[in-house]
Amino acid sequence: MRDAIVLENVSKVYSLSYTTTGVKNFLTHLPAYIKKMRKRRFWALKDISLTVHRGEAFGITGRNGAGKSTLLCLIAGVMKPTTGDIRIEGRVAPLLELGAGFHPELTGRENIILNGVLLGMTRREIKKKLPEIIAFSELEEFIDQPIRTYSSGMLARLGFSVAVHIDPEILLIDEILAVGDTQFQKKCLDRMLTFKKNGSTIVHVSHNIPQIKMLCDRVALIDGGRLREIKMAEEL
Amino acid sequence: MRLQYLFDLALVLTQKEIKVRYKSSFLGYLWSVANPLLYALIFYFVFKVIMKFNIKHYTLFLISGLFPWQWISSSISSGAGVYVNNSALIKKIIFPRSFLPLVQVLNDAFHFVVSLPIIAVFLFIYHMRPGASWFYGAPLWLVPTFFITLGLALAVASINLFFRDLQYFVGLFLTILFYLTPIFYDISFVPRRYRPLIFLNPFTPLITGWRQLLMANTVNTHDLLLSLGYAGLLFLSGFFIYRKLKSRFAEVL
Ligand SMILES: Nc1ncnc2c1ncn2[C@@H]1O[C@H](COP(=O)(O)OP(=O)(O)OP(=O)(O)O)[C@@H](O)[C@H]1O
Ligand SMILES: [Mg+2]
Repeated sequence: MRDAIVLENVSKVYSLSYTTTGVKNFLTHLPAYIKKMRKRRFWALKDISLTVHRGEAFGITGRNGAGKSTLLCLIAGVMKPTTGDIRIEGRVAPLLELGAGFHPELTGRENIILNGVLLGMTRREIKKKLPEIIAFSELEEFIDQPIRTYSSGMLARLGFSVAVHIDPEILLIDEILAVGDTQFQKKCLDRMLTFKKNGSTIVHVSHNIPQIKMLCDRVALIDGGRLREIKMAEEL
Repeated sequence: MRLQYLFDLALVLTQKEIKVRYKSSFLGYLWSVANPLLYALIFYFVFKVIMKFNIKHYTLFLISGLFPWQWISSSISSGAGVYVNNSALIKKIIFPRSFLPLVQVLNDAFHFVVSLPIIAVFLFIYHMRPGASWFYGAPLWLVPTFFITLGLALAVASINLFFRDLQYFVGLFLTILFYLTPIFYDISFVPRRYRPLIFLNPFTPLITGWRQLLMANTVNTHDLLLSLGYAGLLFLSGFFIYRKLKSRFAEVL
């Protein structure tokens, strides 16, 4: 079995001071600023090493602020690790948030295309899958209305429907399976199981233990930025 | 395949901006030309009626400078905020981040191009007419205008993530540049010894070049070459700054 994701001694440091300052502050308090910048660092992840095999569904769980989303961002390539090494094999679909780039004034159909290109599909690929995406969302009746008229559950359905039609080799999911009503949640989970059966690799961050058990093979527990343990999902 | 994707991405994002602009106000088109026309009106009143400037066809003179300036200044001032305002996109998905400023510039370029007929109308009012040279002159001038604007938009958008008050400085800076660019006065008004200085401003050859094309139907090669030089320099610097900073975008948002 080949490995899809390999992390070796990965650490991530956030500097906490950039965002609050402006040019004016920076220039007027230069020495103090540099000192502060050195001090105000936060180790969100420390020395994480793990391997996710190809075709495996890998769960990540842990308390709020433990560093799960940070880890997923690093795997997705949205951020770079401060130290350590990350190797990925395969096309990654980071589903960290549903409906990226959705615009309230545009219709459901227009937003599918918008979201689709942002997630890496060409217009042609999207147009080909459009009927399928709309059918999956079960929003046929509303698809040509501006999405500002949608309920939040409907928005989530639309976003999820686009997301699961990317045909990725590696899926990164950050707590987005908990959207929509129970019936739709089940549909999402089924879809994930199909992905898995077809050989996709899945990394799934969640607080929902039953869901993890149903989908995942192994689970990592993250605490305070460190990897505590990796268990088989049944042992949870 | 990759190229096709990048093309689609730029196209869909730009289309979206244009659609949204026209959807939310049905006078979208008028709205996009209203701003430079209003400026033209004010400057006409101040400098022609009150100050008695001696410039022929002053209305035309004003709008042929104000329309390209509107593109440049709008792209740079709105461009400054594109990353800060789209934090969800930066933090959650992977796509070429340079496309956000790019789309802003393309969007304003579109509005500039569709406002050219207004200039043609004013030409007819003054018993002049647009020439065939517009067909090659306009594309020639679009190139340096596009790259100068994109370079600056990339730079300010990226730096603005790290120093959030840059946006306000950008507004101030653009106002200063507006007065230092021959938009409502002619380059010949500038005393001879300041001439080289005013050409240090990259917008000077750009605006005078557009004006010469739009009013006299000729392409000034000297201005064009100078503008292309500035375009290369500013685009490469802007892209360099973006490249240096982009890996940290997601964590400062
Ligand atoms: N951009 C940032 N700058 C500074 N600190 C950050 C940034 N993003 C996250 N952090 C910090 O890093 C730590 C881990 O955050 P992360 O979002 O990875 O947690 P999480 O495990 O996903 O939590 P949750 O279960 O609430 O989603 C938190 O303490 C958070 O304050
Ligand atoms: Mg999280």
